Formats: sequence, C-alpha cells, structure tokens
Amino acid sequence: MVENRPWLTAFSHLVLIAGVLVTAFPIWITFVASTHPGENLLAGQAPIWPGPMLWQNYSEVLSAGMGAAGGVPVGEMMWNSLIMSLMITVGKIAISIVSAYAIVYFKFPFRMTFFWLIFITLMLPVEVRILPTFQVVADLGMLNSYWGLSVPLIASATATFLFRQFFLTVPEELLEAARIDGAGPIKFFRDILLPLSRTNIAALFVILFIFGWNQYLWPLLVTTDESFYTIVMGIQRMVNVADSEPQWHLVMATATLAMIPPVFIVIAMQRLFVKGLIETEK
Amino acid sequence: MEKRVTFSHKSLPYLLVAPQIVITLIFFIWPASQALYQSVLLEDAFGLSRQFVWFQNFAQLFGDRLYLASFTTTMVFSIATTFFSLSIALFLAVMADRVIKSATVYRTLIIWPYAVAPAVAGVLFFFMFNPSIGILAYMLRALGYDWNHELNGGDAMILIVVAATWKQISYNFLFFLAGLQAIPRSLIEAAAIDGASPLKRFWTIIFPLLSPTTFFLLVVNVVYAFFDTFGIIHATTEGGPAQATNILVYKVYSDGFIGLDLGGSAAQSVVLMTIVIALTVVQFRYIEKKVEY
Repeated sequence: MVENRPWLTAFSHLVLIAGVLVTAFPIWITFVASTHPGENLLAGQAPIWPGPMLWQNYSEVLSAGMGAAGGVPVGEMMWNSLIMSLMITVGKIAISIVSAYAIVYFKFPFRMTFFWLIFITLMLPVEVRILPTFQVVADLGMLNSYWGLSVPLIASATATFLFRQFFLTVPEELLEAARIDGAGPIKFFRDILLPLSRTNIAALFVILFIFGWNQYLWPLLVTTDESFYTIVMGIQRMVNVADSEPQWHLVMATATLAMIPPVFIVIAMQRLFVKGLIETEK
Repeated sequence: MEKRVTFSHKSLPYLLVAPQIVITLIFFIWPASQALYQSVLLEDAFGLSRQFVWFQNFAQLFGDRLYLASFTTTMVFSIATTFFSLSIALFLAVMADRVIKSATVYRTLIIWPYAVAPAVAGVLFFFMFNPSIGILAYMLRALGYDWNHELNGGDAMILIVVAATWKQISYNFLFFLAGLQAIPRSLIEAAAIDGASPLKRFWTIIFPLLSPTTFFLLVVNVVYAFFDTFGIIHATTEGGPAQATNILVYKVYSDGFIGLDLGGSAAQSVVLMTIVIALTVVQFRYIEKKVEY
C-alpha cells in the first residue's frame, strides 16, 4: 500500500466482492436448478434457493442419463472424459519431454527441421482443419475409440517448448559430471533430468488435464457410438432435444458434474495451475 | 541457445523425436496440406468426381454474401468479447493489487471459471437467458426489456458475448495481476510523493508499464474469440437466429459437416489458417521485442 486511503480501499473490496459474486452467480443458479424437480423450473420463475431433489436428480443422471437424449448414463460419460483427458495429458507430456530431450541434448542431422515441424503445430488448432483431420482418423479406423479421441490431440508444441526452455536452464555441469561418471543418455535422462523436471511436469499436468477434459469439437466429430460420449459434448445433446423444452434440472445436474473435476483441480492445485498457465504461454 | 556439451548417438535422438514427429505428420501436416489441396478442387459430396478449379472456391467464398456477413459477425463478436473481458479483468486486477494482503483470496475466488469448458459456460448462460424460464430474462422483463435470443439476433449475440467474456475474465485477471505485481513499488511511491492521484498514477505509470501484458493478452483473447468459442455457439445458438451468431469457425464446421461443401469448407479452413498464422507471427514479433528490453 502506497498511501492510506480508507475509502478507496473499501471501494476496492466492494468491487472485488461484486466481481466474485458475478463470477459465482451462474454456478449458483446451475447448482440450484439441479436440486429442483423438473416442473419447478418450467413454472416460469426460476428458483434462487436449493430444492429438495439433489439426491434424486444426481443419481438419476449418473446412472440412467436423460431419456430424451438417448439415455446415456452421465457416469459413463464422465468415465470416458477421464480416460480421454488422462490419455491426452500423459501422452502429451511423454512425447514432448523425450522430443525436447533429443532436441536439446543431442546434435544430429535435421535437428532444426524437426524443431520447426513441431513448431508449426502451434499454428494449426483442430478447429481450422477439422474436415481433413476427420478424414485421416476415419481412414485409420479410429472413429469411436479412445485412441481416436486422444491421439490426434496429443502433439503439442507448447509442452515441447516448455521442456526445451527448462532443459536449457539446467546447468551444463550436471551433464559433464554425469558423463565423467560414465552415465549414458538414458541414465542421465532417467536419474537426473526427470527428477529435476518434476514441478514442470506437475504444472503441465494440471493445465493439460483441463484442456483435455474440456475438449468439445473433436469428441463431437469422432464419436457416433453413445458408449464413447464425453460429458462436455454430451450436455449439448441434452440441451438440443428435438421439439421440446429440455429437462433443465437434469441438464444442470450434468453441467455441475462436468465442472466439478476441472474446477476442483484448479482450486486444489492453484500454485501449480498458475505456474503452468503463465509458463506455457510465455 | 544451445548446450555446449551434448551426447552423440547415431539412432537414439531419432527414436526420441519419432513419436511426436509421426503424430505431427499424420494429424497436422497431412490434414493441413489436404485442406490446401481440397481448397482448389470442386468435389461432389460422395468424393466420386473432382475437378481442379484453381481459386474458384476462394473467389466464390469472397463473393458470398453469407461468408462476408460471417466475417462481420466474427469481428463484432471478437472485438466485444476481447474488449469486455480485458477491461473488466484489468479493473478487477487493479483493485486486487491495491488490497495486496487479500489478493490471493480474491484470486482463488475469481480464477476458477477458467476450468469451465466453453460449451458448459454457454449452456449455463443459455439457461439463465432462456426467454420463458431463465432468471436473467425474467429480470430483464421486469426492467421492461423483452428478451428473446431465439428470435432476436442482437440478443443472441449478447448471449454468446456474455458467456465468452465470463469464461475469459479469470484468465486475463491472472495475467494482469501478475503483471501489476511485477511493477516496482518505488515508481508508484515516487509518483505518490509528487502528489499524483491514484487515477493519474494508473494512466501515466501503471498502464504504460503494463502494456506488454496487455498486448500479449490482446492476441490471446482474439485467438480465443476466433477459435475456442466454437463450443459456446454450437451448444447454444447454433449460429442462429438467421446467421446472427454464425462466426467463421462455426461456419467451417456447418458448411463442411452438415452442408457437405468440401471445397468451400477447405477454402474456409485455409482462410482461418492464414489468420492464425498471422496472429502467431504478430505474437512472436512481440516476444522477440520483449527479449530486447
């Protein structure tokens, strides 16, 4: 604090509290709606306080899903989302840490060519090349599978860059010492570099898990089989039911369930999250 | 920057980069080149016949009233989203920076919408703005405004801007707060001793020093509004009513997957790729500049 201005400080707190309330308001309304019987929501005036149906609504969507939207149990969708996001996260970290290792610690022909090839992927988000990517995945017979859901999203320039930047800051003496002691490239990677990268891996894990969990367009395209629906794309099928008002209490229960895992991770691992976010974007 | 000491091994480095390179080639480079190739072809929906038509698809695209309208819609949407999410986040961050002791508490309470998927954010606001049962539509009616995003294009645009902004504020807030906390206190104290009011200090010292962060966020937010908001639109308005929220990314999808206009969709993909590449280049020029400081 530079100077003492009690009014301004009080004003700051007021603004921030208003900000927090505005941020939380949609979530509160969602949660409230998910605890009411369906008729209450269609009666014309949305409720502000929770109703009595918390347990029934959640157990209904988790185990049976919503009839009008094909009746896929949301529990199953959450499981699919979990597998997809873990595969994306682990896959991205694994392939980018080894390729960054090769690019930083080895000198070999075409090193820079590989580097640029990886770099280009930064410029091509799935959204701009959906049709041809879909054709490739279809030709490979990967539609409706966990591989099809995750592998095309695994290549990541950002993770490779993060590891590259980090490896460049690792003191050269470590490698010299390891070589004098007779450690080969694999031993050096496993026993020295990997333990040193632990925080970076954890931070990246948080960011990538959220990225994976929130994928929408890609699962929408590659899954036609209900048993591979993910929760974030499944909601859309519940909202856009033909010719009728959606069953909002079930939609809102599903939305709440879709938000819980990533929001929990952000709040529980806030430090890693902030670190990961700020470093991947540099 | 390179390491002085490196390993020398004939095959190992290739083995290490192989997984990433293979995935990049199959799922990035090949599809992107296919998009380039298809954008100069005229193909029927079943892929039975194809004809090389040079730049006819592009000419058609830029002669298409709907495509140009989609460009305008995208501009309106991304400018509104970027402007509101940046200015609200900056305002909140400046306030949080003042009350430094409680800043972390507020940060925790403000950052978590980042974790909400755009599609889910869209559905939340879709529910709250629902003309017959939504709480916000109800409030607006009480104020005398008859809200209906299913019929009124302007309302639908406001709906997606609000949803996109709500989700993005947390991200911008985090970066602004980090940027603000990196400004040396002594500068602000010196200005305060010279008698500059908080408002004057903000515009003459803090805001200019924050400009690298602001510029970085500007690019990130434009990219977000252009591409990451697909879920918001697909889960709610689906480009309607009457194309009022049909932004470019959504149009690529709907023309390609629903309209099955392969050449046209590929040409649109190429236009989008050009936009992303331009934005990336802008961003990298800026990062290089920052290094020189």
